[in-house]
Amino acid sequence: MNPLIQGLATIILGVGGCIGYFYASNLLLDKVLYPAKGPNIASNIRRANIIRPWLFIFPALLVLTVYLAYPVVGSAYRSLFNRSGDEFIALGNYVALLESPEFRRSFLNNALWAIFVPVMSVTAGLIAAQLSDTLKWGNIAKSLIFMPMAISFVGASLIWKFVYAVDSDIGLINAVLAGLFGAGPIDVIQIPFWNNFFLMFILVWIQTGFAMVILSAALRGIPEETIEAAILDGANPFQIFFRIKMPQIFSTIVVVWTTITVASLKIFDIVYAMTGGNFGTEILPSYMMSFMFRDDGRATSVALVIMIIVLPVMISNIRQAQKELR
Amino acid sequence: MANLSLKNVEKTYGGAVTVLEDIDLEIETGELIVFVGPSGCGKSTLLRMIAGLERITGGELEIDGTVVNDVPPAQRGIAMVFQSYALYPHMSVRDNMSFALKIAKMPKAEIDERVNRAAKILQLDAYLDRLPKALSGGQRQRVAIGRSIVRDPKVYLFDEPLSNLDASLRVATRIEIAQLKESMPDSTMIYVTHDQVEAMTLASRIVVLAGGGIAQVGTPLELYEKPENEFVAQFIGSPAMNLITGEVIQTGAETHVRTKDGGEAISTVPTLPEDLGKTVNIGVRPEDLVAISGDGPFLYHGKVNITEALGEVTILYFHPDAEGTDPVIAKLPGIHKSMRGVDVKLTADPDKVHIFEDGQSLLYRDRPRKRITAGVH
Amino acid sequence: MENIAGKKPALSWAKNVAMATMVLIWVIPTLGLLVSSFRDRDQISATGWWQAMLPVELTARARTGTEATPEGGLYRVEGVIFDDEEAQSYFSGTPGDISAFGIRGAEPTAYPAGTTADLGDGETLTVNADGSYVWITPEEPGNRGQRVYFAAESPPKLTLDNYRTVLSGDNMGRAFLNTLTVAIPATIIPILVAAFAAYSLAWMEFPIRGLLIAGIVGLLVVPIQLALVPVLNLHNEIGVGQSFVGIWLAHTGFGMPLAVYLLRNYMAGLPRDIIECARVDGATDFQIFTKIILPLSLPALASFAIFQFLWTWNDLLVAKVFLPSADEAKVMTVKIADDLLGSRGGDWGILAAAAFVSIAVPLGVFFSLQRFLVRGLLAGSVK
Repeated sequence: MNPLIQGLATIILGVGGCIGYFYASNLLLDKVLYPAKGPNIASNIRRANIIRPWLFIFPALLVLTVYLAYPVVGSAYRSLFNRSGDEFIALGNYVALLESPEFRRSFLNNALWAIFVPVMSVTAGLIAAQLSDTLKWGNIAKSLIFMPMAISFVGASLIWKFVYAVDSDIGLINAVLAGLFGAGPIDVIQIPFWNNFFLMFILVWIQTGFAMVILSAALRGIPEETIEAAILDGANPFQIFFRIKMPQIFSTIVVVWTTITVASLKIFDIVYAMTGGNFGTEILPSYMMSFMFRDDGRATSVALVIMIIVLPVMISNIRQAQKELR
Repeated sequence: MANLSLKNVEKTYGGAVTVLEDIDLEIETGELIVFVGPSGCGKSTLLRMIAGLERITGGELEIDGTVVNDVPPAQRGIAMVFQSYALYPHMSVRDNMSFALKIAKMPKAEIDERVNRAAKILQLDAYLDRLPKALSGGQRQRVAIGRSIVRDPKVYLFDEPLSNLDASLRVATRIEIAQLKESMPDSTMIYVTHDQVEAMTLASRIVVLAGGGIAQVGTPLELYEKPENEFVAQFIGSPAMNLITGEVIQTGAETHVRTKDGGEAISTVPTLPEDLGKTVNIGVRPEDLVAISGDGPFLYHGKVNITEALGEVTILYFHPDAEGTDPVIAKLPGIHKSMRGVDVKLTADPDKVHIFEDGQSLLYRDRPRKRITAGVH
Repeated sequence: MENIAGKKPALSWAKNVAMATMVLIWVIPTLGLLVSSFRDRDQISATGWWQAMLPVELTARARTGTEATPEGGLYRVEGVIFDDEEAQSYFSGTPGDISAFGIRGAEPTAYPAGTTADLGDGETLTVNADGSYVWITPEEPGNRGQRVYFAAESPPKLTLDNYRTVLSGDNMGRAFLNTLTVAIPATIIPILVAAFAAYSLAWMEFPIRGLLIAGIVGLLVVPIQLALVPVLNLHNEIGVGQSFVGIWLAHTGFGMPLAVYLLRNYMAGLPRDIIECARVDGATDFQIFTKIILPLSLPALASFAIFQFLWTWNDLLVAKVFLPSADEAKVMTVKIADDLLGSRGGDWGILAAAAFVSIAVPLGVFFSLQRFLVRGLLAGSVK
């Protein structure tokens, strides 16, 4: 079957199925199981209302369980077995990871990503937000800086492959080097260690718009009176920014920071498209993919390492959510 | 077209926090009952319990003799006008008004007829196809009322319906509601407000709620003229009633009270011989105080601290007697210039002087005492 | 803040410059890709894209004519080198002046234009700047002219050839359809499922509601990597395998936490009065959901739809794992990352065109629906 037709059929089937399920299950509850009439009307209604939330939430819960909750357990379990999955080797995969220099390299690179990308994105985003809010053409500027959000990591990688190209007729960096300093072409993708930063910058380029949009909204949410009061108190623009505005949007900065940190821990596409993990740029997700389809035991153990790194963020998010619900 | 009866109604949250208790109230067909009280007194909660939006945790609510504690809102035959109007923003005025009827699967012709009739009453004919966002505040308010009317409910519930309107519109809409009530003499309405002017002008009876209970139920004038306790006395009327501490020196059909600073108040509130020597508060409304000159008997004597000339009246604030006590306030007709620092003697008609013992009016000494913990303001 | 007295103009000038610099850094790379995708292959390798509007000096190869006139024992061939078909193929319009020429491929610009090159044995060749040449040879030319190399400025040439090549030759057209096939169902299906769940989490009372919300917040950050192996194994066991059905299900699952979270936040922010009013009006939960909540949540639904569409369209990882690796099932990201970057690594025009085909749709969505995207982002992270 042509995938396109299959796709259409799936849409109809999926949407129709959903509507059908919700409608039919509610009907069943209200008309057959606990009809809102007769002598038990009050208790019937109460009972129906106890069950109804579960009807509403069931499909989502099922999907979440199968596709996210179960895999956490499933991966943890699978990572205790060998390549083919028939032999229990306890922590063997993890021991192998620790002994592998590539894993250590990936881990350190990943740590680098998790520090550099949020620092740069948040800083650049904050600057962009602050600048754009005071300029007449600020909205256009924002739109352009936000644009990379729409571009795939692969597309972004390609865009920057042009900029980084060795040929000074393609690569902007080498063109500038040659034009201004007459320096010979360098392949920034192959400079040991520093090449990582050139890859990270691609993610910074993408995430800055995200940081900017949210921080800009937070900056606008600051009560104008506090800033006017600071002006009357004689604070200069820098003091206003660092001592009046920053503290008031601190919690938003934390949210943006953690979101970008998590994103930079999971990113796979950029390294895969730019270097394929060569030249010392391997990170955990790409390292994991090198085992995918070959050694599920090793692949899941790497995935679990990523999960463990993300865990503190997850716990603090959950705590935060619970606090807000109360 | 219905009477309501609340018996011992109670609301607690999680079994620990009690918001309302011991609410006993009978509401007859055709009444317009207003719940007033300071914020947090539970008046909105009580209304929402009648609507069925809050579970009743104790006692019984009857509508037309049927206990409806467990009946869902839609089946109670009530309609509610919300403070925020709660218009469905994505539906036209017509759809807003017919939503409930459509859900009840009423024939289309009848829906149209009802909507058109209500629209005519409320002068909304021209706006039926507009969205709520294209209406003014007053018009939205009328749509919210119209939405209730079309359902022809047994009981109308209003939850502070005027508080989102500006002052002039509020007066106009208040009058419209009064007229609406007049045109539907059989409808029962319950109206929640924190604004005593609304309460005084609209209500057939007012229920003053305070501290989780009912402080007094009565007609507006009853509450004004014969408040049951200090709370009601001070809540109704503005500025609030003056309370001055004193000692009963003569009992009988006319009671004399000697105040601390040597004044003597005479009240027509009757007292018993055993009341002699008791410490009481006398209550006099600012507008009932009269300035006198000469050496005759006076009720209060003090130095004017601040004056507020409002034109038709002048309000005098006297120096407080001691730290922390409220100053005595007098409201004199006309304009009185340069009264500041002047010694003034005041007296009052004995009919207008109230006597409270432990917060309870001696007029109602046989009624059970209400526990009122909340302050007035 | 605009009207404050005594504000320094220098500061605002600096702000403008700083902002402009930043915008340039953010826009130029994409602009470069766009321009490159329209440039001719020869021009790309000759000059940078930033010179695309300038003429390019190209080295062309041609042959002289063969119509010789005898001249004192020698043969003289005259003509204009641009008349040669091979020479014409290099230039898009009227070529500029010739700067130099040569007769061997190794030294295409050995002689400046207007000079006479001595080819030995009395044979000479003169090529002038305007393209006219004189070739004098002792032997009769026969049917093959003299090989000439020359450098001349070519006017800028913008073409759609790269797009034609990419879409027809490289299966990119197929990949485009595949991406569409993945993205649309994977966007639509989760919305409805999530909306119902979000409503119950926002407006219905039931025992472990708080726990479920917290759980969904937790699942928001679970790395997808963790799900790859177990879910793929599951798909293989239940017969879904690597297929479009598999990737739709996977995207539905992976997008669900964000969907429920975003929609719940939005729905919980709807006015309580409206929902209670509907309840007083006699609407059941199902009716409240379909008639009140759903229409009022359209902005949030749109936000999520855009997110999910961008995410599924742009995804590489899930497609690599859950779709078959055969060429006819590849989506654009996989196609570019796995095929084009490898086999056409040096063919910049093709790469640029391919990349632009893949980012055109998301960019269109972005610029037309940016409002909803921003709103969704804010709902997702700021309270």
